[in-house]
Amino acid sequence: MSGTIFDHSRPGREGLSLPELDVPRTDPAEALGGELLRKDGMGLPEVTESQLMRHYVNISIKNYNIDRGLYPLGSCTMKYNPKLHENLARLPGLSELHPLLPDGQVQGTLQIMYELSDLLCRITGFDACSLQPAAGAQGELTGLLLIRSCLESRGEDHRNQVLMPDSAHGTNPASCSLAGFEVVSVESDQHGMVDVDDLRSKLGDRTAGLMLTNPNTLGIFESKVEEINGLVHDAGGLVYMDGANMNALLGIALPGAMGFDVCHLNLHKTFSTPHGGGGPGSGPVVCNSLLEPFLPQPRVVKNEDGSYGLSRGGSQPVGRLLAFHGNVGVMYKAYAYVLSLGTRGLEEVSRNAILNANYLKARLTEAFDLPFDSGPCMHEFVVSGSRQKKEHGVRTLDMAKRLLDYGYHAPTVYFPLIVSEAMMVEPTETESLESLDGFADALLSIAREAEEKPHLVTDAPVNTPVLRLDEVRAIKELCVTEPPSEAGKAND
Amino acid sequence: MSRYVPNGEDQHRKMLKTIGADGFEDLLQPIPEKYRLQEPLDLPPPVSEMELLEEYRRLAGRNTGHGAVCFAGGGAYDHLVPAVVDHVLLRSEFYTAYTPYQAEASQGTLQSIFEYQTMVARLTGMEVANASMYDGASAAAEAALMAMRITRRNRVLVAGSLNPAWLEVMRTYLARGGFELNEVPFDEDGRLDLKAAAKMRGDDTAAMVVQYPNYFGTVEGIQPMADLMHEGKALLVVAADPVSMGMLRPPGDMGADVVVGEGQSLGLPLSYGGPYCGFMAGLRKHIRKMPGRIVGRTEDRAGGTGYVMTLQTREQHIRREKATSNICTNQALAALANAAYLALAGETGLRRVAELCFHKSHYLFDRMVELPGVEPVFDLPFFGEFLVRLPVPAEELRNALLDQGYLAGVPLVEMDEGALLVAVTEKRTKEEMDGLVDAVRGYIEEAVE
Repeated sequence: MSGTIFDHSRPGREGLSLPELDVPRTDPAEALGGELLRKDGMGLPEVTESQLMRHYVNISIKNYNIDRGLYPLGSCTMKYNPKLHENLARLPGLSELHPLLPDGQVQGTLQIMYELSDLLCRITGFDACSLQPAAGAQGELTGLLLIRSCLESRGEDHRNQVLMPDSAHGTNPASCSLAGFEVVSVESDQHGMVDVDDLRSKLGDRTAGLMLTNPNTLGIFESKVEEINGLVHDAGGLVYMDGANMNALLGIALPGAMGFDVCHLNLHKTFSTPHGGGGPGSGPVVCNSLLEPFLPQPRVVKNEDGSYGLSRGGSQPVGRLLAFHGNVGVMYKAYAYVLSLGTRGLEEVSRNAILNANYLKARLTEAFDLPFDSGPCMHEFVVSGSRQKKEHGVRTLDMAKRLLDYGYHAPTVYFPLIVSEAMMVEPTETESLESLDGFADALLSIAREAEEKPHLVTDAPVNTPVLRLDEVRAIKELCVTEPPSEAGKAND
Repeated sequence: MSRYVPNGEDQHRKMLKTIGADGFEDLLQPIPEKYRLQEPLDLPPPVSEMELLEEYRRLAGRNTGHGAVCFAGGGAYDHLVPAVVDHVLLRSEFYTAYTPYQAEASQGTLQSIFEYQTMVARLTGMEVANASMYDGASAAAEAALMAMRITRRNRVLVAGSLNPAWLEVMRTYLARGGFELNEVPFDEDGRLDLKAAAKMRGDDTAAMVVQYPNYFGTVEGIQPMADLMHEGKALLVVAADPVSMGMLRPPGDMGADVVVGEGQSLGLPLSYGGPYCGFMAGLRKHIRKMPGRIVGRTEDRAGGTGYVMTLQTREQHIRREKATSNICTNQALAALANAAYLALAGETGLRRVAELCFHKSHYLFDRMVELPGVEPVFDLPFFGEFLVRLPVPAEELRNALLDQGYLAGVPLVEMDEGALLVAVTEKRTKEEMDGLVDAVRGYIEEAVE
């Protein structure tokens, strides 16, 4: 173990380079009153810059990452993050801008935001866009609030139920609760798609809308989407598309043309911006003209003279989601992605994502069960490890951990909830055939191990920086901060 | 073939054979024909690396406000971003990793979050902290929701001296769940009106949310506010400025139950408002009601130390509609920047940054209020940001001074036409401040004539 940053701390070490004070001092006790001054130390570490860098490099190498290898996490779209975009977002003229500068002083950034909104509308077939949401989940919240506001404007406040398939991402029901809706779950049919009869039976005058992921979390395109959306509209509700899986549809189909009213996109998935170990992402919302009046303000507009500005007002905006204008630094990278790929490049993305997924699926069915076999998958697919569990006592969790030993990240496991021992695999378009084969060989080899030497799998991982971790102990002995050192700094 | 897609015709042929498909179009069979795009997307033609860089340089050049000497704050501050922080962020191992679902292959991210949580808790004087939220405003909204879960009450009081954008975000988050939000006025000194707060507090009050220092820069003691809330079995949520913690008594020392704030000042660029990073710290007894990711320390099978995401049954991927929040991840890379900044600055460095902000802002304040017609709006202590009333419209002055290279502050027109909120960070020099004072004087003199 390389220890924590606190282990490297010794009194008196300094890492920050600061200028000398160049103005007369003000007595803090006099200006603020002694009561408001900090009395004890803070308990922050004291290290030099070189120690800091070494510490972070030493812990960083314990991370798997996309620059190291394939990341088959379903519904996460772990594609390559172009390096140029990191440089672009760091151009001082873009990164060193105060958010409250007047519009006239930030024309370049406003143009990027305006153009990106426009491109996202073209790519999805919608009419309007808000770039404000910080992540997919906040995009969901925004979209649901749009639906809510629209219903309220029609005097239909009583519509408080949102339907969603039982295969939905966990954020969908959580966002519904936050938006004040009640969640009604709709069953999936034997093909892994929305059970239309069950949907029909649950629609009514309390229906506010439906949240649908398309392609869904099984990697299956909801082929009855028009019928589904029509039923919801006929019942007086609106339809939200969770766009987490948009990487399957670029240049192939437009959600806006399938009857959806609103959709969020994950710039950190489809549009190649880095996941950063769990954020910052960006979750723009695109919608049709019906919902546009309710989009959060401010929005970027193009003025008659060709300049760009922030609009305030709108007729009935749902309100701000963040203090400022969204994760602009992420938008810079997504805009660069669309510009550098263009029409053909984006189409190539989805076509290759779909082909890669179908290829892996074809290779893996040799050893794993397919819970739903409704023909070709889209950009991802789900297999089940239930055969291995039943016959050899090896769970999907074990196989996931064993993959780490083979030098691969694991797929998304135990999701969607409707598939037992689920493994959800999304290779993305940025993987080569050789890399797909390497992953398939590894997983097939693990399936053989499960049969022949199951302990190799159940004991995994052994080649990782730590062995399998005790999650129960983590909860029982809950330790979420470093205990104060014996020297007894602040916070004891 | 684009430079990010390695498979070409040869590979495609091989793959289709394995799949058992005649051509790619077979794979699109699940998408009904009518939804398939008949026309290609209407997007600009692709550009090369060189052209893209050129275009971005041109766009950056249109941001004429870049380079203005920044005295604007209002929730985003022009602090020094040390070079090493960005070098940490640019490690592929950190920025191209996914959220740490597979703990054994994510120890770098998990440990960095554990250290971040520790530093946030220590800085604010609290017992625990989470792995971060989207920004300070959404953290404040989530803290209000958390307080309502803890107390099982549905009304929150919010100080009128809270950043108005944050208040808007709180309204967005709270408006739909049957919750009520009431604004507590501030008195003529800019201080929270405690008497009004006492009257507004009821059996249904979950918490009061206050800012420290407040939106106008004013530093007020929060112990009386905490006492008032605790008497009514309600909580005090404090939105604290993290840099000021280098000098000011931490909220945890004065009765705060939840402390949130904006981490942008700790190693993140202004970037026109994001990505930033909200922090949230609290009491151990409330940790199960906290939103968002939390990382805990544990052991592996051989007894070695390791880190995992813990208490996950609070979260959306397990609890779905009953989760403490819909937040899926945290703001991991931004939290890493905060942690690297705090560790680099350390005990001495953060105190020095705070002191530089304090002394410099007081110098500028003293010089500004010497100008004819310029006066302080409130007569209360401040830390690094202050509010003055100008004898001219503040917005017009701000716009005019941009031509001279100064972003003089944030005009608070809703409050007073002449109100200007001025922030001074460690980056501002005496020369810059003197220059601003001369420019303000010049503008006022010209306007008065």
